[in-house]
Amino acid sequence: MATSNVRHALFCAIVTIVISYPILGLNLEAEGINIVLTGTDATTIVAIACAALIVFLFQLFRDSVMGKLGAVSDLNPLTGRKPMEQDKRAKLESWVLTGLVVVALFWPFFSSRGAVDLATLVLIYVILALGLNVVVGLAGLLDLGYVAFYAVGAYTFALLSQYYGISFWMALPLGALLAGLFGLLLGFPVLRLRGDYLAIVTLGFGEIIRILLNNWTNVTGGPNGIGGIPDPTLFGMEFGRRVKEEGNTSFHETFGIAYSGEHKVIFLYLIALVLAIITALIIRRLMKMPVGRAWEALREDEIAARSLGLSRTAVKLSAFTIGAFFAGFAGTIFASKQGFISPESFVFLESAIILAIVVLGGMGSQIGVILAAIAVTILPELAREFSEYRMLIFGAAMVLMMIWRPQGLVPMRRLHITLKTQE
Amino acid sequence: MLEIQNLAMRFGGLLAVDGVSLDVQEREIHSIIGPNGAGKTTVFNCMSGFYKPSGGKIIFQGKEIQGKPDYKISRMGMVRTFQHVRLFTQMSVVENLLVAQHRHLNTNLLAGLVKTPNYRERERKSLDRAAYWLERIGMLDQANVDAGNLSYGQQRRLEIARCMVTKPQLLMLDEPAAGLNPAETLELNQLIVSLKEDYSVSVVLIEHDMNLVMDISDRITVINQGRPLASGTPQEVRANKDVIKAYLGEA
Repeated sequence: MATSNVRHALFCAIVTIVISYPILGLNLEAEGINIVLTGTDATTIVAIACAALIVFLFQLFRDSVMGKLGAVSDLNPLTGRKPMEQDKRAKLESWVLTGLVVVALFWPFFSSRGAVDLATLVLIYVILALGLNVVVGLAGLLDLGYVAFYAVGAYTFALLSQYYGISFWMALPLGALLAGLFGLLLGFPVLRLRGDYLAIVTLGFGEIIRILLNNWTNVTGGPNGIGGIPDPTLFGMEFGRRVKEEGNTSFHETFGIAYSGEHKVIFLYLIALVLAIITALIIRRLMKMPVGRAWEALREDEIAARSLGLSRTAVKLSAFTIGAFFAGFAGTIFASKQGFISPESFVFLESAIILAIVVLGGMGSQIGVILAAIAVTILPELAREFSEYRMLIFGAAMVLMMIWRPQGLVPMRRLHITLKTQE
Repeated sequence: MLEIQNLAMRFGGLLAVDGVSLDVQEREIHSIIGPNGAGKTTVFNCMSGFYKPSGGKIIFQGKEIQGKPDYKISRMGMVRTFQHVRLFTQMSVVENLLVAQHRHLNTNLLAGLVKTPNYRERERKSLDRAAYWLERIGMLDQANVDAGNLSYGQQRRLEIARCMVTKPQLLMLDEPAAGLNPAETLELNQLIVSLKEDYSVSVVLIEHDMNLVMDISDRITVINQGRPLASGTPQEVRANKDVIKAYLGEA
């Protein structure tokens, strides 16, 4: 037992050295026209040695260390508490949420343009994560290509505005509907697949859409993207300094206030906020409706669900379509916020981040997913100095979460329908 | 109401079911018995649409249903339970019963989002129905418990109730008494008889508990190694020499 521990620890330490020395310890430098391989200074080598030593010690005493780490949760004073009763909890939750919404409505008027812009991005991710939560959390279908529907929403707006001069408000439902249609179409071939296979095929779909956008140059502009996407208007009032379209008036002139670039940013934020709230409310409702129960039933036991007359096709496609629909919403807002989109915004990493938000927040849990969306979007902005290590920190956070809270930040508490017996 | 003619099911080179025929009348409890591996559950899987039979006909209320998808057969009024209980364990007992009534509910998304009167009415009706059946199986107190936290016997009963709320004409029970103690088996016995007597449901039953089978069956079909061995009333089957040799033992 002890010897195998030592051997394992030694092996891990050697792997550490083998991986880190060539990356950190060797430098390629240009001397004239030649490239010379040089070793680095002593500090780096000492650092690598220290890292190897730490890995060795950790692996040697791994069991006791992990045991202690596992015991940490016992220090949490809330562990032993009983969960609140459902009625009470629902009431408390709705009060807290109403408070948060009120704060969120008035907050942007007192904060900086950059912060509001970031908050809009957060809200876009909230909508995306809530939508993906339907597919992954409720229906249990692992979708790795979710970003495709986001792209469909964004490109619908961009293309329609470029070729047909359509406005934001027309594009919003169109983008969502078209994304939903794509969800329906892409859902058909994957109906029979489950688990890993489904993940791989959806991953492929995500990439197909991106590559199509990248290569269909005469329509989508390819990697150059599409620019000049119009801003949303408020009842025909534009937010620019000068009115672009005839017949429109500008916001600052109508109200007789000085022009400020912030108006537009705040307006977009408010649109995103309202849409995020609508998304959350609709999905919350769906969870209590027959279709929500059918999603969960199919996730829990497909054979039993089918034997009770649930059609697998209808249930899975509805989850795919509704999830994609909300991604289309988010895509339209994103296109309008950026004013310029290119396929680069819709790479696989985006799908992975949205999925990570859902997993971190707790699959199926709305509040958890919203909190995780805020955390995952804002933290990298706050820690800009560490941006090189962003993915490293992200990965470490995921590993620690899986050790301590595999069920997510705020685990899903099902909204039970209770049967009230006559008193 | 149900007629099976010459049913055959082949898995590769293995003929799991070969030439099985049976017919089930209205309000009849028809048992299928046979040693382990005789093909009883395979017959069930063909009837409920989980397998596409390799040959033969299954006629339910005058319509051929062999090869139809499982959910369509279930919607026609033929519902089954499973050898190993298959409940939605993370959902509450009531929700299990509501899922089963899915097609009796208003599943229009818009109707649900705005809660139209029709939506509420149907939702209320299915809750009432769920409450009725919970009371019927003596589990009204457990209505809001997660199905996974029920005792085994309760899970068995809930599975039957979940079938009954779909308003079936024919109920297929796959070893409902497996793992139950004698008291629970007796309750189950009474429940099945009452389904026939009070709710006019036909029951096809696979069961190893011979006391239960002989007690409540109107007719019995014996299958051995995928082939039909005998069929008739409990008395006839009990007296059949082949059956005694293959299955019941000399006692």
